[in-house]
Amino acid sequence: MHIYSKSIAALLFSTALFGLSTVALAQAIPPRLTPSEPVLPEPLLVKNIQYTDGVYIGPITDAYYGPLQVQVTVKGGRIVAVDALQYPDHRSTSRAINDDALPILQQEAIAAQSTRINAVSGATLTSRAYLQSVASALRQAGG
Amino acid sequence: MTQETQIIMGMPITIEIVDSMAARIMDEVFAYFVGVDQRFSTYKPESEITAFNQGLVAPLELSAEMQEVLTIAEQTKRETNGYFDIRRADGTLDPSGIVKGWAIRNAARLIEEHGVENYFVEAGGDIQSGGRPAEDQEWKFGIRNPFDESQIIKALVPRGKGIATSGTSARGQHIYNPHHMNNPIEDIVSLTVIGANVLEADRFATAAFAMGRAGIHFIEKTPGLEGYLVDTQGIATLTRGFGAYVTS
Repeated sequence: MHIYSKSIAALLFSTALFGLSTVALAQAIPPRLTPSEPVLPEPLLVKNIQYTDGVYIGPITDAYYGPLQVQVTVKGGRIVAVDALQYPDHRSTSRAINDDALPILQQEAIAAQSTRINAVSGATLTSRAYLQSVASALRQAGG
Repeated sequence: MTQETQIIMGMPITIEIVDSMAARIMDEVFAYFVGVDQRFSTYKPESEITAFNQGLVAPLELSAEMQEVLTIAEQTKRETNGYFDIRRADGTLDPSGIVKGWAIRNAARLIEEHGVENYFVEAGGDIQSGGRPAEDQEWKFGIRNPFDESQIIKALVPRGKGIATSGTSARGQHIYNPHHMNNPIEDIVSLTVIGANVLEADRFATAAFAMGRAGIHFIEKTPGLEGYLVDTQGIATLTRGFGAYVTS
């Protein structure tokens, strides 16, 4: 099951997601569905890796149904943001659907659970493309 | 309690039956999935869907099962403003986006027809359950972390409802925005839907995922559905009734 276990990007990313304080992150997120500000702060940095400041764009990787591309922002040697680059047409479609007054829906940072369960619902192999793109952007940053 | 997993339709299918007589029912249900695969697989040259796509079978000659699936697909397309569409760019049909949920629901019915009340069927991450695993327990199902397959990020108690998750790489299920064929759905990674049964959950999870971020609002305003959307930043958005199914 640990298909990403050898990937530095996977390490980086899981550190980023699960090393965070949920409370702190929740405060940083606007409670709306507008594209949020980058929300991957300091814990994304793996110890002792010093990146060169800048904005790095990963290559377009195959996310199975289509291409995916991320942008990584490094400031003070630290990753301060990982953004998926967006496509304008897709956005406008979303906006058309969003036009009627929408309720504000609750948001939260995902966090690993330790509950015993009977089975799992999910799409497999989901973020390989995402992690590839992040890893490649970080190589450009000298990581 | 008997649990067995087999790979059919290119995905692991797990059945657990708490009640007695499980082994014989299990065989019958797995055989049912094999039959569905033989009829609906677009990868099999001898399947009914392949024959239909090649123009070898007239619409009126289609089996009742095929007609039912195509009818549900058409209905789903209408209900989702065209976001669910089994017609490929080349004009052929690929009903795999609906067959999984439909087959799991039918498998669950088959199990119940044998008088079994306590069971679950999970196929490729979509789940239908009935009853409970033990007198003092409820079925609990996790939502897989889209960024780490070894983790779950939510535990759900569906109480008889169906659960389905659409993600960026669900195999055999190319999800794209049919209104903008060249644009990937790049800012969300996973959408889990709870519906009246697994067919409802599956078909709306697939369609709403194709809507991108707006999909969670579509789930919110569709009666009988709840959803949990995860974006590329690891931020989840919940419909207002979703919390009722969350356990710890």
